[in-house]
Amino acid sequence: MREINAQDITAAVKRLCMEANSYLPGDIKERICKCYENEPWDLAKNILGIIKENYEIAEDKYVPICQDTGVACVFLEIGQDVHINGNLEEAIHQGVREGYIEGCLRKSVVRDPLDRVNTTDNTPAMIYYNIVPGDGLKLTVAPKGFGSENMSQIKMLKPSDGLEGVKAFILKAVEDAGPNPCPPIVVGVGIGGTFDKAAFLAKKALMRDTNVRNADPFYADLENEMLEKINALGIGPQGVGGKTTALAVNIEKMATHIAGLPVAVNINCHVTRHKSIEL
Amino acid sequence: MEKRVTTPLTLEQVKDLKSGDSVLISGVIYTARDAAHKRLCELAAQGKPLPFDPTDSVVYFVGPAPAKGDQVIGSAGPTTSYRMDAYSPTLIALGQRGMIGKGKRSPEVVAAMKEHGAVYFGAIGGAGALLSRCIKKAEIIAYEDLGAEALRRLEVEDLPAFVIIDCEGNNLYETGRKEYLESIK
Repeated sequence: MREINAQDITAAVKRLCMEANSYLPGDIKERICKCYENEPWDLAKNILGIIKENYEIAEDKYVPICQDTGVACVFLEIGQDVHINGNLEEAIHQGVREGYIEGCLRKSVVRDPLDRVNTTDNTPAMIYYNIVPGDGLKLTVAPKGFGSENMSQIKMLKPSDGLEGVKAFILKAVEDAGPNPCPPIVVGVGIGGTFDKAAFLAKKALMRDTNVRNADPFYADLENEMLEKINALGIGPQGVGGKTTALAVNIEKMATHIAGLPVAVNINCHVTRHKSIEL
Repeated sequence: MEKRVTTPLTLEQVKDLKSGDSVLISGVIYTARDAAHKRLCELAAQGKPLPFDPTDSVVYFVGPAPAKGDQVIGSAGPTTSYRMDAYSPTLIALGQRGMIGKGKRSPEVVAAMKEHGAVYFGAIGGAGALLSRCIKKAEIIAYEDLGAEALRRLEVEDLPAFVIIDCEGNNLYETGRKEYLESIK
């Protein structure tokens, strides 16, 4: 049995919140640069150039890349041989509170979806627990902006809709979103499971390095095909037209019921932020 | 080449702005998001004056991050505009000439823009760190309780944006995409 103190979790979450909001992951930066080089449409290229300059300023000055510093999505992979000393859930919220206040990050969370009073410290975090073998603890903080979150969709397809139905639904979600989620976007897709599991898979897909394809060659090919199809839509950066609508498509799948084919599409903007640490 | 736009934004200036133009905006603009728009429209419904003069005004749909160190304001890029669609026609009728945001607008907003002469600018979503550098002065003038959503008066210099929808209703989201797709045929 390994002991981990709750205070260490607070400190890690705090640091991850601050760093994730200023430092764009390397794979996303590479993709923006590559798309900039390959973009034939002038206005689209200008916009990609400004997007590049923006993340460089954020990194250099250690300020948020985007003012929507998101709701803090915190993913934990907890080894089953780990014991936490203290209150785990409160330790995570405290890390978010300290990170968002000290980091001068925007407080974007309301306590109730209908009375809409701001909690003023960006808590609570959205927490996702996963129990795994071993005695490790991996923490990932992904600040999720809502311009893109609002453009996400889920649908319970019929098994007879099949692969073509899945492809059509992914394209529909991107088409419906148009310029709203700040393209170029990263598209997370969850296929299978239950209503809620499909949505979770779509979010989990957005955590994957965009240079890593699905381990299953069938789904890796589907990711490549959908990226090509999405970029053929011509929506372009910020919706002004162009070749660069999406930077990547990541798909996660799992088993499902004989009667169902759930599909969820979770959209991220070009500020696809996540940072992890292993304690 | 960019067109320079200086506030207050007059009807004459608006008529000269065409969908697809790149612009640099300078002068005084006001920030408002969902919650501030709701309150502004409640005041308008009661016939009460707004916290700023809407005549020839430009409103930026933004909820900035807090200032850090010696910053005037934190990162400050546009938020998605469709959430303001329910409110914009009321403000346009009161004299608002310009809106800065990102994303689609409703037919009702476009109709009000055409009727009264207003323009919709798109700033680059997700470029908040860069855009905040164009803001030289910022002060809260109302609704401080709303935090990031408070109503602010900003003085901006050369804020880069594009004319998405002009006062004739031409829409860059439609024409830009169509022209690009035709160019690769």
